[in-house]
Formats: sequence, C-alpha cells, structure tokens
Amino acid sequence: MTTHTPRDEQDASIIIRDAAETGTLLNVAGNGTKAPMGRPNQTDASISSSAMTGITLYEPAELVISARSGTPVLEVMRVLAAKGQELPFEPMDYRWLLGTKGEPTIGAVAAMNISGPRRIMAGAARDSLIGVRFVNGRGEVVKSGGRVMKNVTGLDLVKLMAGSWGTLGFLTEVTFKVLPKPERMATLVIRGLDDSQAIEALSMALGSPFDVTGAAHLPDRDRRGGSTLIRLEGFRVSVDYRMNELKRLFKRFRFMDILEGVGAEALWQSVRDATILTDQGQRAIWRVSTAPTKGPDLVAHVAQALDAQWFYDWGGGLVWISTPVDGDAGASVLREATGTYGGHATLVRGPAEVRSTLDVFEPQSDALMTLTRGIKASLDPAGILNPGRMYAGV
Amino acid sequence: MTIAFPKPDQAVLARRREIIEGLGRLVASEALIVSEDERRAFETDGLTAYRQMPLAVVLPSTTEEVAAVMRFCNDHGVKVVPRGAGTSLCGGAIPQEDAIVLGVAKMNRVLDVSFEGRTARVQAGITNLGISQAVAHEGFFYAPDPSSQLACTIAGNIAMNSGGAHCLKYGVTTNNLLGVTLVMLDGTVVEIGGEHLDAAGYDILGLVCGSEGQLGVVTEAVVRILRAAEGARPALFGFEKAEDAGACVAAIIGAGIIPVALEYMDKPAIQICEAFAHAGYPLDVEAMLIVEVEGSDQEIDDMLRRIVTIAEPFRPKTMKVSQSEAESAAIWKGRKSAFGATGRVADYICMDGTIPTGQLPYVLKRIDEIVKSYGLGVANVFHAGDGNLHPLVMFNTNVPGEMEKAEKAGEDILRLCVEVGGCLTGEHGVGIEKRDLMTHQFNPVDLEQQMRVRGVFDPGWLLNPAKVFPLEGRFAA
Repeated sequence: MTTHTPRDEQDASIIIRDAAETGTLLNVAGNGTKAPMGRPNQTDASISSSAMTGITLYEPAELVISARSGTPVLEVMRVLAAKGQELPFEPMDYRWLLGTKGEPTIGAVAAMNISGPRRIMAGAARDSLIGVRFVNGRGEVVKSGGRVMKNVTGLDLVKLMAGSWGTLGFLTEVTFKVLPKPERMATLVIRGLDDSQAIEALSMALGSPFDVTGAAHLPDRDRRGGSTLIRLEGFRVSVDYRMNELKRLFKRFRFMDILEGVGAEALWQSVRDATILTDQGQRAIWRVSTAPTKGPDLVAHVAQALDAQWFYDWGGGLVWISTPVDGDAGASVLREATGTYGGHATLVRGPAEVRSTLDVFEPQSDALMTLTRGIKASLDPAGILNPGRMYAGV
Repeated sequence: MTIAFPKPDQAVLARRREIIEGLGRLVASEALIVSEDERRAFETDGLTAYRQMPLAVVLPSTTEEVAAVMRFCNDHGVKVVPRGAGTSLCGGAIPQEDAIVLGVAKMNRVLDVSFEGRTARVQAGITNLGISQAVAHEGFFYAPDPSSQLACTIAGNIAMNSGGAHCLKYGVTTNNLLGVTLVMLDGTVVEIGGEHLDAAGYDILGLVCGSEGQLGVVTEAVVRILRAAEGARPALFGFEKAEDAGACVAAIIGAGIIPVALEYMDKPAIQICEAFAHAGYPLDVEAMLIVEVEGSDQEIDDMLRRIVTIAEPFRPKTMKVSQSEAESAAIWKGRKSAFGATGRVADYICMDGTIPTGQLPYVLKRIDEIVKSYGLGVANVFHAGDGNLHPLVMFNTNVPGEMEKAEKAGEDILRLCVEVGGCLTGEHGVGIEKRDLMTHQFNPVDLEQQMRVRGVFDPGWLLNPAKVFPLEGRFAA
C-alpha cells in the first residue's frame, strides 16, 4: 500500500485531489500511534503528516503556538516548557494503552480532541484549538479560525475539525492557545471511600471556590477502599492556602495525605494515560463520558453484568472501564448503561473483529446521523478520507 | 447606510395574509404579532441605524411550537430571522421585509440545576444574568458576561458565541456550553450533547455555537455553572504612553499570571466613563489598565503585589488597588458602561476586531490616524489580555455624511485588524455589519467551505439569510 508523505500543504492538496478523482480511499494519519483505535478502515493508500513538522509561530506573551500537523507533541511541549508554558488541556498519551510506538503528533491531538485530567478546569483540546489549516476531500486548502483567541468570524469549522478523526480533512497546521505552567502542584489524597462517597467528595471539591484542576477516584480492587485525588495548581501561596481550605472542607475524613513532586506527577500521568488499567492484559477498554453524578450508577450497572475494572476522572464524569474481550467486549451492556444514565461510550481498545462489526463510538440519533452524513459530504463528497473510521458509511 | 439588504421576494409579500393565517393555526393568538405598531418593536436590534419591518413576529412558548413554525416556513418558502432579546451590535437580529421574526424570549425558564454536576438546563430565552441569578444562592454563576448581560438571552449568546470581560480565565460561550435542543428548519428537533463533557461524534455543538441563527433555532441549552471565587479585586494602572500599557500587559502574562480580567481604556474612553461613573479613573494619563484578580484576600494580596512589581518598570503614573466593594463596583461600572456613556456624548459605532496583542501600539496609532483622516474622534476600550478591541468611532448623526464616514473608518479599522493577523470580530458576530468584509479575512475557498457546511442545515437560504456571507458569490449547497 502506498504511503504518501507530503512535504507541505500544496503537496497534500495534489495527493488528495488525485485521490478524489480516482476514488482512492485514503487512510489519514500522523505517525500511526493511534492506528488500533476507531473502526478499522479499508483503504487503498495512506497519507501521513509525518514529514510536515516544525513550529511555525510561538508568541509566549500572546499565549499562542502554531505548528505543522506532523510536529511531535513532545516537541511542542519542550518548546513551551522552555518559556514556562504548556498545553492547558494536558493531552493524554495513548501509546501505553494501545501498545504502539512512535511519536504522537500535534495534529492528532487536534483531530481526536485529546485531553486529560485538567479538562474539567481548562477545557478540552477543542477549547484551546483556535485555528486550523486543512485540505478537504476536494483537495482544497481551507483555513478556519486564526491566531487570536477571541474570534467569532464565520462558521467555526475549527470545532468541526477537532474530534473528526481525519474523516473531514487532512490537517496541515494547528494553532493552540497555551497557558503558563503552574509554579506548584499538590494533590490531596483521601483514602477509604467507596465510589459514591468519592464522587460526592469530588463534587464538593469541584463545587468549591478553590479551582481544582484534577479530580479522580481510583477504587481499590480488594475492597479496602480507594484513593480519591484532588489536585491544586498555581502559585505557591495560593496552593498552600487552598490546600488548607480543602483539608478543612474534608475534615470529617480521617485518612488524608498530601502528595507532591515526582510521585504525584507520575500518579496523574497514570490517570491521564489510563495506565491504571493496563495490568489487565488483553482486556477491552472503554472510555465513558457522563454526568459526574451518574458515574457510580453507570459503573454499578456495568459491573453487575460484566467482570469490569474501572476508575474515574473529571470528578466522576469520565469513567475508564475494562471488560473481557469475549463476545461483543461488553458493547451491549455499555450501550444500555449510557442509554439509561446518559453520556457516551467509546471502545478505545478492543479486538479488530469487534471494532469492525460493532459501533466503536456511541451510536447517534437518526437526526444527528443525518447531519453527520451531510457534514461529511460537504467536506469530503467522494468519501475518500478515513472512510468508516468513526461510523460506517461516513 | 451603506449595507444592502437582499431585495424582498414579492411573491412572499403578496402571500402575507395567507402566511399569517397559517402561522395563526400553529401558535396561540398572543404569540403572533402582526400589527404595524407592535411589529415596529422588532424592526431593529443593537445596530439601530438599520431597520426592516418584518412580515410578522412569532413568539412561541414551547419547542413544539417553534418546530411547527419552522416546518411551516420551510414548506412555504418563508425566511426566518431568529431573535433573542435583540441586543446584537452587528445587526444579527435585524429582520427582512419578506421574513418572519421567530423570537424565543418567552421561553425563559430554568428547567433543572445540578450543583453537584455543575450544570444548568435552561430555556433559551432566559437572560444571561438570569442564569447567574438562578444559581447565585449556592455561590455559583454562569461565566461568560457580555456587557448586555442584563438583557441578552442565552439563545443570542449561543448564536453569536458571546464573550465578555472575564473570558481570559473562563472562556467564551462555546467553552461553557454542554448541550442544546436545536430545531431544524424542517421541524426536526435534535438533541446535541447533554449534562456530560464533550458531545459524541462530530462537534456539531461547536458548529452551532456562533452560527448566527443560520443553522437552526436553539430552544434549550445545558450550560456549565461554576462556583464563584471567594473574592475579586481590581487595580487601576495609568500610563503616559499606550506602548507602556501594552508592554505591561505582555509582562504580566509573560510572568505566568492570568488575571481574571485585563481591560484597556484610552484617554477619551477614560474621560467619558469617568464623567459618567465617577469611578476615580486617572484623567491625566494616555492609557489605563484595569487588572482584576480573584481568590481569597491573601491570594489576591499576593497576586496584586506581583503585578505591581511587574508594572513598576513601565513607570505607571497611577497605581491604585481597590480598597472596598464599592470602589470595585465603581471601577467596573465605568468600564461596563463605556458604550452607554459614549452614547451620551456622541453617536458612535462600536467595532469589535481582535489583534495579536503584540501589535497593540501599532494598531492604536493606526486607528487614531484612520479616524482622524475622516475628521472623526475615537474612544478605545478593549480586552487587552486577548486583543479584542472595541474602538468607538464617534460621529454626529445630524451632520449629513458623518455616519457614512464613521462606517468607512470602521471598515478600515477592521481591515487593519485582519492585516496584522487578527480577525473582523472577536465577540459581537458578523451579522450584516461585517458581512461585506468577510472576503478580507477569508478567500473564496474558505467561504465556500463554510457555505457548504451551512447548506447541510439550510440549503434554501431561509434562515437569517441576509447575514454573515457576502450577498455576491453565494450558492446553494
């Protein structure tokens, strides 16, 4: 199979125009670290951003960075860190979960709307994404948004591109709003809470005026109670003050610790990358977004039917669940649960047979599906970009 | 008066009686406004220089009624201009003679609040401030705060992706919206998103937000509500040169501080607002910054100490930290009434471009030159942290030709914003006001792609069709 590695936007435009004319189905990728995710698509050739690298604009005082889509995330983070800044949404690294190698690209962070624990406070990748350039399925170079963070000029195609998994266009350049890296991070750990108590505590913390930037619960697997994590970030004086207030707020809990430094960073990284579940071998892994207060009920529903393991991020609103791979890898139970409690579930890791025969993403209402197909056709009328990666026929 | 409206469709005008009868069968009689006197209240919005009398006005009370009206209009080829409170500054809600106005202002209830889940489900006609008031008893608020928040509706905020003075920290509407009930032109009711973060599938929620009423009519919304900070305190810094104020903004952000608000006013704006609000603004400076920080008293003290240290090298002529709630309120009253206070001394048009903040001193100098070249005056207020400018170009309506000059000056300013890497509109929207300037920011391919996506929702250009896209070069998708 041919892999095209365009050097620039014009190259990409020619490749895609040719593909549209000949009906060549293209697999759209960066460095392929998320290849085992989504519906497996059957394509004739591949187009990769791997040769389109480099930061094209960085203005620390304006809190903005632009990079060609194939630029490694690591490179973007390194350049930002040199000026004491970072990507606010703390993008997850899927490599551990998916067992892939290579450097994840900044384009994929935009294309898959990849966020991490700080999403509850700082928004998702799509909230920080302020500009894109892409080649649509006609081979046309299109821009939307720009380099300024307040911009309501025209239809917001930036949002549409974020999370479209390369099915609407081949991103060539992305521009993100960035933020200063906090001076200090500290995590309050409450021990011994069950899921419901933990989510209640996290809701209290997130409903406090203390600007919580991480709120996770890791249930204990041998039923002795779990660890409930509440993260504060900012200037030293401020973190100290807020940590004291949080401890006061939670004084009824007996077992509390404060974690800081490398250990705390590693812990949040394991929450971010969901590696807390990876000792489960070859189990299927689901990512569920729901109302935070519904998290424990949704989990109880799943755990009643399946041999499940799980943990919560986003104050209970993001649930990572591992299930056995047999049969439908838990799909029918998960869909029933989101149907009852609201939200949506994505099969992040699962056998290819399951991913190609069942919905990987939450099935949508007929009305939404009609819009989805219409939007796809308006950007990629020949249906050549990552066909079927998200939904069959899209 | 240089902005054109499309010629009304005579065939639709001729069917007015029939259309009104049809609508009358769909909604309660008090929801249908047909008399000329009553329709006059809807002929314009915040862009009052332009007026168009609508065919009729419908003010439904339920999503079902909205759906029935939309279906009727689609079936009968009648244009629909959605309306919230009609506060748009870019003419986003100005009707057309051959269109009905579909207003959601009667649908203004809070449907459900979850403080644990930090969400509120509201009907779309509720005012922006109404949401904050409904959750204030638990210390919560809805973050985006446009100056018109007392009157403007969440429906209008969603249509325009409205911002406000505090979006440097809290983001704009799109960052605080979790779900909508969207009524499509054919009457289909679509639920997008919900009480959870990040809707499934394509980000249609993000597409609808800021689509200026061209994709559908939003009748309900789920928004994020946030717990308010323990306190907030603004400080004023006055500078002798605009460059110093601009450099000070860059230094604050460069030091890793993101104040909750960072507002800039130039000398004319300071004088106009001080005369109105008696806020204690320094009158002998060329530029002033309002820097607000949030938190507990000790956090605020710490932060303001840092900011004062950062500001000192730029030799501020005035440095004043608010000492009381009353003083803080006065400082904000001055800033938030900038548009109203300017309206007391002159007619004005308010521009809304955004620029990269590094271009600030150059852009301010050029704005001054542009406006002077038309023989007019300008007052500048803007959100300095994000580069969203609001030059108020002042003129006298009674002097023939002055308004046209002001419009020309405004267009020149917006073209300047695009030239330096910014955009035509940061938070007010395109509407009719900036419609014909879109080709300066977007090339034909960019605009065509937007129109193709728009066409998925409204292939026949019935929804708010006079707005956003230049009248030339349109096509049915």
